[in-house]
Parts: sequence; C-alpha cells; structure tokens
Amino acid sequence: MARKASIWILDGNRAAAQGVKLSRVQVIAAYPITPQSPVTEKLSEFVEGKELDAQYIAVESEHSALAVCTSASMVGARTFTATSSHGLAYMHEMLHWAAGARLPLVLACVNRAIGAPWNVLNDQQDSISQRDTGWIQIYARNNQEIIDSIIQAYKIAESIYVPVMVCYDGYVLSHTEMPVDVPAQEDVDRFLPPYKPHTILDPANPKNYNLVTLANPRVNAEGVLCHGYMELRYLLQEALQNSRETITTVGREFGELFGRSYANMFWENRLDDADVVIVAMGSLAMEAMVAADILREAGHKVGVLGLRVFRPFPKADVAKALKKSRLVVVFDKNISYGLEGATCSEIKSALYGNSVRAVIRNFIVGLGGRDVKARELVDAVNKSLLSLKEGDLNEEYPEWICAI
Amino acid sequence: MGTRDCRHICGESSPAVGEAGKTGEWRDSFPVIDPEKCLLVRQNKPSCFLCWLYCPDAVISKTIPIQINMEYCKGCGICAQICPAHAITMVREEGLCLDETG
Amino acid sequence: MKINAVNMTEKEYLLPGNRTCPGCALSLAYRHILKALEGQVIVTVPASCLTVLHGMYPVTSVTVPCVNTPFATTAASATGLVAGLKVLGKEGLTVLAIAGDGGTHDIGIQALSAAAERQTDFLYICYDNEGYMNTGNQRSGSTPLGAISGTTPILGKQQNQKDITAIMEAHGIPYVATANASYPLDLYEKVRKARTIRGTKFIHVFVPCSPGWGFPFSDTIKIGKLAVETGWVILYEVEDGVFRLTAASESIAKRGSLRPLREYLMEQGRFKNITEEQINELQGWVNTRWKRCLDRAVNN
Repeated sequence: MARKASIWILDGNRAAAQGVKLSRVQVIAAYPITPQSPVTEKLSEFVEGKELDAQYIAVESEHSALAVCTSASMVGARTFTATSSHGLAYMHEMLHWAAGARLPLVLACVNRAIGAPWNVLNDQQDSISQRDTGWIQIYARNNQEIIDSIIQAYKIAESIYVPVMVCYDGYVLSHTEMPVDVPAQEDVDRFLPPYKPHTILDPANPKNYNLVTLANPRVNAEGVLCHGYMELRYLLQEALQNSRETITTVGREFGELFGRSYANMFWENRLDDADVVIVAMGSLAMEAMVAADILREAGHKVGVLGLRVFRPFPKADVAKALKKSRLVVVFDKNISYGLEGATCSEIKSALYGNSVRAVIRNFIVGLGGRDVKARELVDAVNKSLLSLKEGDLNEEYPEWICAI
Repeated sequence: MGTRDCRHICGESSPAVGEAGKTGEWRDSFPVIDPEKCLLVRQNKPSCFLCWLYCPDAVISKTIPIQINMEYCKGCGICAQICPAHAITMVREEGLCLDETG
Repeated sequence: MKINAVNMTEKEYLLPGNRTCPGCALSLAYRHILKALEGQVIVTVPASCLTVLHGMYPVTSVTVPCVNTPFATTAASATGLVAGLKVLGKEGLTVLAIAGDGGTHDIGIQALSAAAERQTDFLYICYDNEGYMNTGNQRSGSTPLGAISGTTPILGKQQNQKDITAIMEAHGIPYVATANASYPLDLYEKVRKARTIRGTKFIHVFVPCSPGWGFPFSDTIKIGKLAVETGWVILYEVEDGVFRLTAASESIAKRGSLRPLREYLMEQGRFKNITEEQINELQGWVNTRWKRCLDRAVNN
C-alpha cells in the first residue's frame, strides 16, 4: 500500500495537471482552449516554478502540439498534451500519425461540443469523433479518476506502445472541485518505471522512421521480409485487441499500491440482480447511479454499467455483464449522425451473436452542455419499460431528450 | 511466407546502397572519361574534383583517376557539363528500346 | 579553412541508388548539407521529394537518423526533437528540418513562424523547386509569375512568388541565408556556419527541377547558375542583422551586371506561354530586389 497520500480539493483540470507532474512528464506541448486552458496554465506554472523538470512548449496550434509530442517521444521523452473540441479535431491527422508510429503519448481531452455553432460546454462528440485513430480511450467519472487514469495511462501506453487519451467532461469535471486523494511522488515512482522508447535516433545507428511503405511486404538489405503497410496496421489492431489485459493488470497494480483498483474495463453498479441496465460513459455514469437509486425505490431492478474504456471496446466483458438484462438503456452524449449514439452501437455490437436478448434503447442527452438531470434518466428508463410491455422492440433511431 | 520475423512495430528503415535498385539501369547514356584530358590525371595530384563535387548521386570516387559506379550512375550528364577540361562525354547506351520518333 | 572540392571530406551520407530523378538538384544539395553537418544530425522531413529520395520502408538511402512527419508539422516536429534532446541531456546534434517550398511557403509556414518566434535551436532548410513537384508539379506560393504548372495549365501563374527568406528574416532570427545547388561550396559553408549558431537558422536553397521546369537534366547546374547570373536568385546571408552577398552574387556586384532575366526564362519549358508584360514585370521585380541587396551590401 501507498506510504502516504493526501486529500486535496481539486477541480478536474488541476487533478489532471497533478497527474502529469507525478508522472514526471518531460515534454509538454499544448495550446489553450476552453475548458482545457487551466491545465496548460497549471503545467506552465509547474515548469517555470521548477516543480517539474520538463520542457513546456507553448505551440501555436493543437496540430503542432501533437507534432511536438510525437517527435519528442521518438527521441525518448515522456510527453503530454491536453485539448478539447476543435483542438482535438485539429489534431486529427497527428492522432493517426502518433498511433501509426506506435508512440506512447498521453493526451487529456476535456470533453466539449464542436461547432458550428460555437459552444464551449460539455458533450463527448470531440473524442468520440476520434475513436478510429488507434488511441486507447479512457473516460473518467470524477476527478479522482482523472488523476489516477493519467498515471495509469503512461504505464499502459509505454507497455504496449499505443497512445492513450484520458477523457473527462468539460466543466462538469474540469471546473468542479472535489476531494481528490493525491498519491505521493515516491509511490508513483515505484508504480511507473521510466519510459523506454522503441525508436532509435542515433547517428551511430541511423534509422529512418515512417517512410513511404508499400502495400506489400518488402525485403530489407539483410534479406528479412519486412511488413507492408497492412501488416503494420494489423500490428496496431493486435496491440489494441490485446490491450485489455494490460489495462486491467495496470489497474489492478494501481489498486494494490494506492487502494483504488481499476481492474475492470467498466464500472458496475448493482448489476448482480439487475434486469434493467443503464449504460453511460464519463460523469454521466455518476448521474445514472442516482437515477438507478430512484428506480430501485420504485421497485425496478436497475443497475448501471459505466463505461470506462471505450477503445479497446470490452465486447466480451459487456456481453457477460448484460447477460441477465431484459432492457438496456444507453445514454449517449454524442451522436453518429444518421445512425445513433456511438456507445449504443458498440453495446449492440457486443451483444450480437451472444445469447443476450435484451431490448436496447438509446437516448441522446446533454449535447452542448444541456443539463442532464437524474429525473430525466428515470423518465427515459420508465418510458422504455412501458414500450417494452407493448412489445415495441428496438427503435431504428435514438430518442433525443431535448425540446423539439 | 509471413512477416513475423520482422520485429518492427512501426516503419523503421535502415540504410543501404541501391534502395531504388540498380539505378544504372535508368540510363539512356553513360559518361566516358578521356584520361588524357582530365586535369586530375594530367597533374596526378588532388585537384579539380568538380565532377565528384557536382555528382547528385555520389557515384563518382574521389580518386586519381576518378571511378564512376556504373551500377548506380543514372547518366544525368552533369559531370560532362561541369568538367572544365571537357574530359567527359556522354555516349548513348546500346540496345535501348526507345521510340526514337516519340 | 575555406572549403573546396579538394579538401572537402570524402565521407558521404547519401547513398548511391536512391530514388531521385537523374540530375536532381535536391539530391546534390542534400548531399552537401549532410556532409557539412558531418552526419551529426537528426533530420525531420514532411511529405516531399526528399521523402522519395529517402526511399521506401524498410530501406533508406541516407545514413543519418530521420523522422518523417506530416506536411504541416516540419518545424513543430523539429521543436519536439530539440525539446526531447534537451530534456534528456543529449548534446552535440543539430536538428535539421528540411522541407520543400510547398511545405515551407504554404502548409508549413504557421509551424515554422512559431518555431522561429520561440527561438527554437534548429536549422530549417527550405529546398525550393518552385512548385509541388512530388505530386506532379502544381503551383505553390513559390511558383513564379507566368509559369505553367499542373494547376496553372493554360495561362501560367498570375502572381509572383513570395520572398520566404525576407519573411524569415523579419522574425529576427540570428541567421538567414540563400543558397543554390549549383554553388555547393557556398551552400556547404552556410550550413557549416549555421551549425555553430544557437537559435533558429533558416537557409533557402534553390533547386532547379528538370522534369518540373522543362529543361534537360544535364542542364541542372547551368540553370541554377543562370538564375544567379540573371538575379532571379541572389546569394546572401544575414548574420545577426549583418547582410553580405556571397559567391557569384558577390562577384557580380563587384565586377559586373546582371544578365537579362529573359535568358533564364527562355531555357525552361514552363515559361513557354509567358507574355512580354510578365517578363517585364519579373525583370522589374528582379531589378528592385537586386538594388535593395546592393544597397544593403554597401551599407553593411
């Protein structure tokens, strides 16, 4: 167990900055954007005040921020960046590049809506839009999970050379103060070994990284058949497929040292006897637990599945957890236009081919900072239960909890 | 045959001569040196070396006389142009299947 | 010691059998850039002709470490390399960011400007072949007025190029210079000097492109020299604000006058549709710039 820890009152952004500092990050590059800006300010303060021995690069764009991190990581430095919304969208190209180059970057995404029109408030459209970039995505429910997830993210990323995005809801977490157990530096040092890069940038052993790669494998000068583009892509997929083991092992080790275990890909709340399950991700999962309490009082057997890791998506674990359910109500703070909420699609995909026969309902909530009340979640579950009785199965499209 | 023996997890390339193959095969003409005219040969001491300096492909040796690596010389003819003594001439490759009218 | 062809090192960092076109001025320039850096360098390169030169995975045609990076990010990538090396205490390596004119004048200028403003300790080289040659010759911010390109196919470009070296000089960086593949010793000296200076160094290297510009590839050196002799390219350096003409430009200033620009233009297929007005406009542009450089050279 940890030698000492102390309870601080921190908002999400400061919790993230503390996690970065404790992880002894060496190169930080970031560009301010609401609601992420306090992270950049706090980290600048750490570096200027010599509390953190790192290079802070005040870049001119998010695209450059991730390019700085990518190249610094190739040299062998542990890196960090944080962004939100348009900033993450602007990074899109570099997100692909970092994952393709297998660089263990850690990025905090302070979830915010994307324009047009302008909106600085919370939803998860920004990070969900980047789900196919090859990054692991972890969503925090509260500020404790932000600091803990960032520390774990480095260990996960550097074990398997896959970048990790730690996502937390703008304002709801980023600007809301909560008690946070801040680990001691010596304990984090015991938990997180120094970064060992897989890349070599040394004139004595010159390597050229990420040149044009052909569709088919090609033989090198020693006669070894090397990968084609597709084999390299397969290896990234394989790394993500196998990352569940790393993520849960790291989460368990973290629990052994700090007393807060993250040995599961999602949080379960009273799933054991539940036949109705609410699925939500990020801080919404906390609200869902309040809703479940209300529904329990009304006599329904309701549980909550709070998604923590969205990529890799824990298909088998989800299918197992939802085995006994007859109704699954998925709340999404994002929308894949023309279809449904992204987590709903993943839940459906996880259940397909299993013996689970639950009806799945999807509600789009909280876009652009629209307040989501526990009462609204309760109403949505009740409405779904009613329609269930009438034999109305899966709806083609999700329902929106808004004023239209 | 698979690529599992390749330990790379990203595109890591190592240096080797002839990355693009035997680029000498690209030539339509090749350089011929007349040692009688070459300043270097005539003086028999390190001098001139302009052909070596200007070769874009680093296929000319810095020796007396110079040697041109014909496996990789693309036949650009810069050496012939730059030679102050006009000691290098470009000679058309035999057996090229070129459409002379086109 | 003044460098010449006799005393220059034999050591090569560019290997034969690379993928560039025959007579490639970039290949020649890059060969000497690497020699001047003695291989003590980490290179970062965006998508460009240099990517082609570097080869295809798993083989590369250079014996220096290199990081490829997306098009807009060259200077940001260099910033990351510099920051990483510094924080890890690795000293003695030059970080070289090298991009074409598309990657510099156009898509890369934001990251480059910011890296210079941050006084990042690196060498940025723009090799300028005045168009997007790697994608088959489309117009860039450096394509001259009147030049035919893939995206100015009939009329030729209706605007002249921007002066990227002046833009970089305006950042107040300690060293900017222009160079030309046809003057490899001058290029070599400039790179060698830049290597010793702390802060952001910018060198613009003019590289004539045979297939893109429409001249025989044996004429690469000749075209590059004509560019200097007509004043289309002026060879100079500005070190800590002190301006100095170099190589052939210095000689022309001292002893002669520029040849008419027309002689340079007429050697190239890309100017086949250029109008008399455009030639006059370009000649006026050259004259103004040449006078400005002569004035600066005298005043220093």
